[in-house]
Amino acid sequence: MDSVRSDTDRAERRIPLALKILIAGGFGAGKTTLVGAVSEIRPLQTEEVLTAASVDTDDVSGVEAKSTTTVAMDFGRITINDELQVYLFGTPGQDRFWFLWDELAFGALGAVVLADTRRLADCFPSVDYFEQRGTPFVVGVNCFEGAQRYSAEAVRDALDLDPDVPVVLCDARDRQSGKELLIALVEHVAQRRAEPVAAG
Amino acid sequence: MQGEAPGPHHDWLDGEAGPVVRPYAVTAGRVPSATGGFDLVAFVVAGPPPVDRHTPLQPEHRAIIAATQQPLSVAEVASQLDLAVGVVRVLLGDLLAAGLIAMYEPPASTDLPDDKILKAVVDGLRAL
Repeated sequence: MDSVRSDTDRAERRIPLALKILIAGGFGAGKTTLVGAVSEIRPLQTEEVLTAASVDTDDVSGVEAKSTTTVAMDFGRITINDELQVYLFGTPGQDRFWFLWDELAFGALGAVVLADTRRLADCFPSVDYFEQRGTPFVVGVNCFEGAQRYSAEAVRDALDLDPDVPVVLCDARDRQSGKELLIALVEHVAQRRAEPVAAG
Repeated sequence: MQGEAPGPHHDWLDGEAGPVVRPYAVTAGRVPSATGGFDLVAFVVAGPPPVDRHTPLQPEHRAIIAATQQPLSVAEVASQLDLAVGVVRVLLGDLLAAGLIAMYEPPASTDLPDDKILKAVVDGLRAL
C-alpha cells in the first residue's frame, strides 16, 4: 500500500514495533487472568461483529433468530522500551470462531496455550491449531487451587507434544509466573529460529 | 429447526444487550475489504489538521483523530471508541484516503523479528 509509511518514517515518528503473542486455551483456562496479570494496562476488549453468513452453518443451531453476534477479544500490553511493545491477545474460546484466530495468528510471534488439568481436552484444539500453522507455542499448565497436580511430563505425554515444545507449570494469576511463561515462549521462538530448516 | 413461534423476540432488548443500533450503521453498511484490513497492532497517527475543511467527517472519524494524536494501535482505537474492530477498519480506511492519518503496519509475518529483538524482549520481560 503506497499510503503505508516506510520504516525510516516509522523511526522518525517514534512508532514502536509491536509484537503479538496469543493466549489460547479452553474456556475458563485462565486466559483473561493471565493477560491481566502481566499487562501494564487493565485488559481491554475489542469486539468483532459476525454475521450469520460468516459462522460455520453447522454450529448456528439455536441462534437462527440472530443475524449478528459479537465476539470479544481481551488484550493487554507490555512496553519493553520506546521502540518495542508486546501485545497479548486472548483468543476467543468458542470453536466456531476459529476463523478469527487466523487474523490473530497472522504475524504473531507465538502463542501460550493454557491447560487446565481438570479439563485437559479443552486445549487440544489450540494445540492442533498452532501445530498445523507452525506457530511456535508453549503450554502453560495452570495450577488451579485444589486441582490435582500433574508433572509437566505427564501433561506433555497426554497432549502428545513434540519434544521441543516447552511445558511450564504456572499460576495465571501471578505476574512473575506469567512473565516466566512469556520468557519461555520467546526463548523457544529464538531457539527455533536458530535451528536449520529441516529439508523436505 | 426448533418449533418456535415465528416473529421477532424482543427479550434481549435490555441494558445488557448493548446498543440497539447495529454496529455497521456507523459505516453506512460498508464492511472492511477482504484484503485491505489493518492489523490489530498496526499503529495509527493523526496527521496535521486538514487543509480541506470540507472533508465530510462523522463524529467517530473525529474521535479517532482525537485519540491518535499520539501513536495508538488499531486494537486500542477500537477499544477506546467501543466500536467493533471491523467498523474501525472502515473508518480508518476513510481517514487514510482523506490523508488525515498515517498507518504503520507491523512487518510481514514472514519477517520474524531478529535475535536482537527477541533478546530485548526477554531482557525487558525479566526486568519488569
